[in-house]
Amino acid sequence: MDLLRFITCGSVDDGKSTLIGRLLYDSDSVSLDVLAALENRPTVQGTVDLALLTDGLRAEREQGITIDVAYKYFTTPRRKFIITDAPGHVQYTRNMVTGASNADLAIVLVDARQGVVEQTRRHTLVAALLGIRNFVLAVNKLDLVGFDQNIFEQIAADYAALTDHFQLPAATAIPLSALHGDNVVKRSNRLSWYTGPSLLEHLESVPAAVEAANAAPRFQVQYVIRPQTADLPDYRGYAGQIQSGQYRRGDRVKVLPSGLESTIEAIEVNQQEVETATAPQAVVLRLTDDVDISRGDAIIPVEHVPTLTRELEATVCWMSEQPLWPGRKLLLQHHSAVVKAAIPAILHKVNVQTFARAAADSAQLNDIVRVRIKTAVPLAVDNYHENRVTGAFILVDEQSGDTVAAGLIGAANADYFTAPVAPPVAFSI
Amino acid sequence: MSAHSFDYLDRLEAEAIHILREVAGQFERPALLFSGGKDSIVLTRLAEKAFRPGRFPFPLVHVDTGHNFPEVLAYRDQLAAELGEKLIVRSVEDTIKRQRLREPGGKFPSRNPLQTYTLLEVIEEFEFDACIGGARRDEEKARAKERIFSVRDEFGQWDPKRQRPELWNVYNGRIQKGENVRVFPISNWTELDVWRYIQRENISLPDIYFGHERTCVVLPSGQLLGLSEHLQLDEEDEIVTRQVRFRTVGDSTCTAAVESDASTVEDIIQDLLLAKVSERGATRLDDNISEAGMEDRKRNGYF
Repeated sequence: MDLLRFITCGSVDDGKSTLIGRLLYDSDSVSLDVLAALENRPTVQGTVDLALLTDGLRAEREQGITIDVAYKYFTTPRRKFIITDAPGHVQYTRNMVTGASNADLAIVLVDARQGVVEQTRRHTLVAALLGIRNFVLAVNKLDLVGFDQNIFEQIAADYAALTDHFQLPAATAIPLSALHGDNVVKRSNRLSWYTGPSLLEHLESVPAAVEAANAAPRFQVQYVIRPQTADLPDYRGYAGQIQSGQYRRGDRVKVLPSGLESTIEAIEVNQQEVETATAPQAVVLRLTDDVDISRGDAIIPVEHVPTLTRELEATVCWMSEQPLWPGRKLLLQHHSAVVKAAIPAILHKVNVQTFARAAADSAQLNDIVRVRIKTAVPLAVDNYHENRVTGAFILVDEQSGDTVAAGLIGAANADYFTAPVAPPVAFSI
Repeated sequence: MSAHSFDYLDRLEAEAIHILREVAGQFERPALLFSGGKDSIVLTRLAEKAFRPGRFPFPLVHVDTGHNFPEVLAYRDQLAAELGEKLIVRSVEDTIKRQRLREPGGKFPSRNPLQTYTLLEVIEEFEFDACIGGARRDEEKARAKERIFSVRDEFGQWDPKRQRPELWNVYNGRIQKGENVRVFPISNWTELDVWRYIQRENISLPDIYFGHERTCVVLPSGQLLGLSEHLQLDEEDEIVTRQVRFRTVGDSTCTAAVESDASTVEDIIQDLLLAKVSERGATRLDDNISEAGMEDRKRNGYF
């Protein structure tokens, strides 16, 4: 059985939490005791408020909104799903970025009475920026517009114009009512003019994340295993996850940033030697030479070595209340490598409704900016649009330890979506 | 192995091993919280996969409520010995004496909430900067909100509104002195995933997970609680002997059994596929105190 991770996004009150509640409820994924707890709560409609299945915090129930990302799980005979329920409120856009970073597919909810609004564009573009290429347009609350086919088709056309404009793959548009369950799990008679799949049928059949088998091989050392016991006096294994591509025993490899070369003597998975290993497997590599390698170093086949650089250009989603100003020093965490970094220049700010660029001398909470970054030590990196794993990093405030930004590495002057659309690269599940 | 043949369990396993190795790489003094229950047993198997042929870069730590199932304690000691890893046990009993805490009274005197005091003590004693736990997001609605690396302040408090964004699989474990991080490598697993993994890996478990005859008290809710010396029973209490198993292992005074003949992992998986009640709903007496029961306990340092 395979796994699909998806995010739901859309404006506040578009019914994201209700939709997830309905998916769980109609697919028999809600336990009776959990349901009984919901039934004890009074609701306006006099029915069970399915949104409460995901709004797990006291403050969320009090305010009736989703504040933080919630993760929900359900399984059908065909697939296992991990749902990331991301908040729609502008104030919590950083949480939407958090959710999108781990998703293979985005369900963009639109209220049939409102149509495509600012948040629809914003969330679509943010999800696309983070590498999602699989979109579902869920036109919700069709019960409130008399299940009108014309309204649905108009919204679908508006959204298609949006995705066309930004050169995104076309979305699958599905009319539904999350509150009443029309077309969520089962197809609805009230939408007899619609001949496509229900939302769940679509989620079950859409291709899951394509493995990065053909992507360039990437591996970073997380931990060095050195038992130094009587049995294993000289054992030295480099533990980590295959980030993308495939590794083979006998591969000639380069260690970055040092540049030392060696050969893969063995690949171990659970202490068994294997000939090859593929992303996202967790492995231990042993090399033929006793070279100096530590956490954060990359071990990469010589014919696939990526750029090694101390100067990056990147798109950064700023997530801190403390603004970013040019010259600021931070820590840059590129998976297991953590290095000191400075941001000498903010090149421009990105308008996430239009992707137009504007000059900016600082970045505020929720801003997306293009920056130049200098690092104290060279890093082995890829462009994010080529590799969602090794093209990603976070920025950390050294004093507070807080994660202040998500970063996407891009070559200078590359447009956001003009690069060829690569298949999504596998990362940790 | 072809790139496309990875099963979802392979992916969950790879993710969990990656997280465990990040703990080893990022922290000076981590610990693995080990209760002898199925989730923490799965964590030890994952740690073997992450760190063998080396030693675990952390001890196993058991916060002993004193209200244990004896089978679980026996299993705990045997597993630690087999693994050859260090086991630290600290008891709630000692904390009660030292901090002059009030013993929970009543018929079913659960020490579950008191575990937090002992946990915070043991963190302070050994200066643990990371505590790995077997909590899963499918267990409870507040847990569904928790990050995989969850920063706690020096009082062990969780503030759900101030959680760090957690992006991709890049985990940020930087903390100030006195703070610690609770790490949940199997956050994305469900109860069924855990059992399927136990089946696939052929992991042995304490006997109480399988159907066995046990003398129980029938609670007003109809739930069955294993008879023990800690319960304060009175004349009206109905005592029965039933074929039961436990879905979860906790303080024996607040962990109910379910009636079951399941004698193998396969049987349990079949049971679960038909189960209409959640793991915690079926077994825990202390989550339903209020709607935010778990959230409130977590804010106070509960793991």
